[in-house]
Amino acid sequence: MSELQDRIKTVVENEPVALFMKGTPQMIMCGNSDRALRALREAGAPVTAVDILVDPAIRQELSQLSGWPTIPQVFIRGELVGGADIVEELAETGELEEKLSAALGPEYREQAEERVVSVV
Amino acid sequence: MTTSEIIEATLRSAFPGATELAVIDRTGGGDHFQVVVADARFEGLSLVDQHRLVYEALDGPLQDGAIHELRIKTKGAA
Repeated sequence: MSELQDRIKTVVENEPVALFMKGTPQMIMCGNSDRALRALREAGAPVTAVDILVDPAIRQELSQLSGWPTIPQVFIRGELVGGADIVEELAETGELEEKLSAALGPEYREQAEERVVSVV
Repeated sequence: MTTSEIIEATLRSAFPGATELAVIDRTGGGDHFQVVVADARFEGLSLVDQHRLVYEALDGPLQDGAIHELRIKTKGAA
């Protein structure tokens, strides 16, 4: 495993909610990343964002790791939840909040802080 | 064949038992698509695994850049 893939894996495994997106929450560069972030925000998720546009290798190594071909990708406690369509769908049905609550504890909203980390 | 037709034909052959199958060109530009597939194969699978089956089926047009954006909606047989 490359060092980059190792660092990606560390984020996926250690962050409560990891969002690999195009751009950052402050400067979103893609409509689908925006959709995923909005759904997570509405559910009160503590989002840790990684901007994959910083280096094209990130996307490649991430997809290799997750087996998911597109961006954004959302992980809750290391588990791939899906891309924008799935996260939106789960938010609409209330399952996203259930998932967050089951994985992070019912008080998860209280630590809902947004941050950005780099893997390069 | 337009990309939309290629996507539909590819999905039809990948999901021959689909009870619903639709390809919508979201912007009219021929590269942003919404696909809807209902198939008994999806029943019991997580949404991630359901979408994976669609991605696998459309690997060709996704790889060659014909699809710029793909939105997926999957469900069990109607």
